[in-house]
Amino acid sequence: MEFSEHIKTANVEDVVLRQPLHPPSRGTLCITGHHLLFSDREETGTRQFLLLLKNIDAIEKRMSGSSGTITIKCKDLRVLQLDIPGMEQCLNIAHSIETLSCLDCASEMYPFFHRPSDLSLQDQWGLSSTEKLYSQMKELHDRWRVSTVNRDYSVCPSYPPAVIVPKNIDDSMLKKVAKFRQGGRFPVLCYYHRKNGMVIMRSSQPLPGANRKRCKEDEDLLQAVLDGSDKGYIIDTRSSQQATQARMTGGGFESKSSYSCWKRLHRQMEKGKALQESLIKLVEACGDESNNMDRWLSKLENSKWLFYVQTALSTAGLLAECVERDGHSVLVHGSEGKDSTLLISTLAQLIMDPHCRSLEGFLALLEREWVQAGHPFMQRCAHSAFSHARLQQESPVFLLLLDCVWQLWRQFPLALGFSEALLLRLATEAYASDFGTFLCNSHQERWALGVMERTHCLFKALLRPRERDYYSNPLYEPTELAIWPSVHPQSLQLWRGFFLRWTQQSRHLEEAQEEIRNMVIEWGKLALS
Amino acid sequence: MEHIRTPKVEQVRLLDRFSNKSTNGTLYLTATHLIFVESNSNNSTSAGQEVWILHHHIASVEKLSLTTTGCPLVIQCRNFRLVHFVVQRERDCHDIYSSLLRLLRPVSYEELYAFSYNPKQNDQQREEGWQLIDLGAEFERMGVPCDQWQLTDVNRDFKVCETYPRDLYVPITASKPIIVGSSKFRSKGRFPVLTYFYQEKKAAVCRCSQPLSGFSARCLEDESLLQAISKANHNSRFVYVMDTRPKLNALANRAAGKGYENEDNYSNIRFQFVGIENIHVMRTSLQKLLEVIGTRSLSMSDYLVGLESSGWLRHIKAVVDAAIFLTKAVTVEGVSVLVHCSDGWDRTAQVCSLGSLLMDPYYRTIKGFMVLIEKDWISFGHKFADRCDQLDGDPKEVSPIFTQFLECVWQLTEQFPQAFEFSEWFLLQIHEHVHSCQYGNFLGNNQRQREELQFWRNMYHQFDRSMHPRQSILKTILTLRENSCKAESALQSLESRLQQLGVTPIVTSDPPAPPPTRDQRSSALPPRPDSLILGAPINHKEEHQRQDDDEQEEVGEEATESFDTERTVEGSSGTESRKQSYGELDGTYSSELAKEEPAVVSLEFGVARMTC
Repeated sequence: MEFSEHIKTANVEDVVLRQPLHPPSRGTLCITGHHLLFSDREETGTRQFLLLLKNIDAIEKRMSGSSGTITIKCKDLRVLQLDIPGMEQCLNIAHSIETLSCLDCASEMYPFFHRPSDLSLQDQWGLSSTEKLYSQMKELHDRWRVSTVNRDYSVCPSYPPAVIVPKNIDDSMLKKVAKFRQGGRFPVLCYYHRKNGMVIMRSSQPLPGANRKRCKEDEDLLQAVLDGSDKGYIIDTRSSQQATQARMTGGGFESKSSYSCWKRLHRQMEKGKALQESLIKLVEACGDESNNMDRWLSKLENSKWLFYVQTALSTAGLLAECVERDGHSVLVHGSEGKDSTLLISTLAQLIMDPHCRSLEGFLALLEREWVQAGHPFMQRCAHSAFSHARLQQESPVFLLLLDCVWQLWRQFPLALGFSEALLLRLATEAYASDFGTFLCNSHQERWALGVMERTHCLFKALLRPRERDYYSNPLYEPTELAIWPSVHPQSLQLWRGFFLRWTQQSRHLEEAQEEIRNMVIEWGKLALS
Repeated sequence: MEHIRTPKVEQVRLLDRFSNKSTNGTLYLTATHLIFVESNSNNSTSAGQEVWILHHHIASVEKLSLTTTGCPLVIQCRNFRLVHFVVQRERDCHDIYSSLLRLLRPVSYEELYAFSYNPKQNDQQREEGWQLIDLGAEFERMGVPCDQWQLTDVNRDFKVCETYPRDLYVPITASKPIIVGSSKFRSKGRFPVLTYFYQEKKAAVCRCSQPLSGFSARCLEDESLLQAISKANHNSRFVYVMDTRPKLNALANRAAGKGYENEDNYSNIRFQFVGIENIHVMRTSLQKLLEVIGTRSLSMSDYLVGLESSGWLRHIKAVVDAAIFLTKAVTVEGVSVLVHCSDGWDRTAQVCSLGSLLMDPYYRTIKGFMVLIEKDWISFGHKFADRCDQLDGDPKEVSPIFTQFLECVWQLTEQFPQAFEFSEWFLLQIHEHVHSCQYGNFLGNNQRQREELQFWRNMYHQFDRSMHPRQSILKTILTLRENSCKAESALQSLESRLQQLGVTPIVTSDPPAPPPTRDQRSSALPPRPDSLILGAPINHKEEHQRQDDDEQEEVGEEATESFDTERTVEGSSGTESRKQSYGELDGTYSSELAKEEPAVVSLEFGVARMTC
């Protein structure tokens, strides 16, 4: 398919662009297969504005006389307006944007065409791999092994080729366990707590179904995880009622009788549609121009977003508490094990593990727990808060994660090695990106499309020297201790940097951040001299 | 002192407000403080927590009915601290209870006098204050007196208006008979006077109380005084009259022979209601807010609903909106504004001072802020004693008007982090001192759009440590600044030594630009006038924070003891104290887990700590 089919008018002169925080400017609009390019003809030299079409969530067109106005609502919550002279041109442009912004063929997306000069395709893709992690953690070698049972993705389509499992569970057993877990997501190790040797495992729900089937191998695997300790916890991200209902559709939970050493804790975490609707409501409330305090608070409450943030943080706190305080291993799962499960295991690792809190550590954590573990980014991030398209698989779980990390960052401004800017960048990149990292839904799909060979890795790009400076926290002082967040409603705040990013006020906060950065740099220079 | 029957009670438990934790310790009752000292026996890692409560901070003491573990005593403080003790023996509890009841609200001034601010001393205190902060100089700074405004001695003996200061500024064309006539037409004699002068546009902010207009009364002197105010500003042919009350309240006042200006009688005014609620509404609103945030295991939804139904942030926004209207009228339109409410000492003070803060960067410095409070609150007679319940007065007169002003300022500092010389600590200190009945230094401020307003956790949960961030950016920056100052001076002394020895420094590159030193700061007052909301250039908050802390110590004195102890417990340097602090986990994330595993709850890590 050719992009040019969809472009009837490629260039329009004399267009007015209105964007938040900038005065309107007049110039030439140009549309390409992946971008909207606007350059203004100010006498002081041209300024260009480049927008990835993928970033466009919804457009509205309004005609008046011989000209038209297109309002563009982006996935990063920016709202732009284009005044285009000529009705036909306007309709053509609108049509091109509409079609090109929602092409869903991954191999035609921009990451496959993006070729920055300072990155090479020959570089190793990504920051970490299962094998690398395993070889670095000598503590694991006694009881754990790397299994490549999934090397052709036949056992579990959404897992990476290599995973870490208990040493005495062989590959044939793993295949049987995979049949007993939804989508083949058998329990794998995701975190090893060095202080006491306890682990976090994650999986999908078991499939006992209505007739309460059992799977000997699954029970053995979990028993092997315990390795002699008397008890483990299973954190189920559904309510016990939901878990019971899941039996009707073939799913279910680990029953007390079959898994006698494991204690189940149910924590209901919303995902899917409810979360997406929550985001839509919140963004709508943030965009409301009327200055009414009461309506604002009730809209904020009504969106429930902060409630979800609170639930996520406190469930992650519970998980970390089980491991760090209580000294027990934990298995986490919900139903599919691709959303809330990843959310809380990631947050718990941030709380407990100092290695995850540096800039590289955090990016590697995201790569491990989200990209490789098979969070379906394509489906979940297909649309953001503005789209009128019918909701299908969209759900801002990753955004919720970033919000939770931001809350941690607010409460421990010195303990995390990255800045708010990184979280904002990731929030944008997850929805529309020049890089291949968030493409596709699983490792298998990425492998099939050759993402690792034909696109660049975002995480690598973020660690280039200039980017690294910008995205690291100048006040970072690593600490070995766990960082327990407060989850009182009074301690949590709306993430203004993201949700109110395109208003004037966030500017002042950025300036203050910049000032802090400069002070630290100044001090660094002084200390050197 | 004769009221103290039991100076010391042992084996007292202090319950945590939001979890099931408690600490054991000893309670001491002194003439000025109630002190709780944690016993160290079971906890060797920490030095033992101390809680100091000044009797004057106590708003209420309640003795609950006896339980199996002892007799609970709940103390609610005006700085929003709430402590819950359990005393083993009922008799001890009763002794403390009755002593506190006697101590917390002295009946006679003599008792108050030794350690508190005496309302009967108002005039004298003011004079002292005037020596410390010279309001005459402040008006000079604004450019008054000038060709349009003059100092009048009409209130020299406080005869015209006893709640106004002696020195008042009025338009040059306003003669004494006009002023006296106008004052008779204004509630409590509070006639229109100048409070802030915007030199660039020659626009004035004036304040007064409501006119005694009833349904039809008019007063020619008052009309000509307003005319004079209008004439004093050549930029505009009219003045705005801002009535900060809701229209309904103003209408109701008419029936009592008061009311508002009739636009028909005054040829040159534009009249405007702003709708800030009265002191009673504000009091109830704060009570509701405190109830909500005091709930144990509060859910996110109840919190937001409660926050909304308390209306507290709505009221804050109303004040800020009014101040923004005032600022825009003065700085953009260049029109003079006359502000009043009923008596002109609550809402008027809020709006005038907040407006001045938005207009003039000087008031965003520490000194300037103190001047602002001195001017708009103390000298113009805000009834601190009544509003803050300093004496055993009428509970209906109590209202968090000043607290609200402080919160408004805090909201502004949140939105313009670099625009203020002082930090949140300064605001909290001021709040503390209003209620400790000392010299009155206070501030406050707030901003416009709804999303921007937040719940001020550090004010209302100042003492619930588990809710605060465990790390402080401010402290780190202060340490950093201190270090770089030291390094700077070390560098200089080394260089001068090199020169003495006759060696030219080899380093050719310029030394890094030194961070601004304190002398630079104090000499260069920010250029005036710049309005915050209109995008003022920003002076750097961080640069001033060191000084800020110093100021706090000075203002401190005895009532800060409670703070100081906490600070020492925490360790004063940002770096040391951080070490111990994270381990603290307040309660547990899971009630199930707690029930089943009591071990989880009892684990104790490090010292609880409060950061800024």
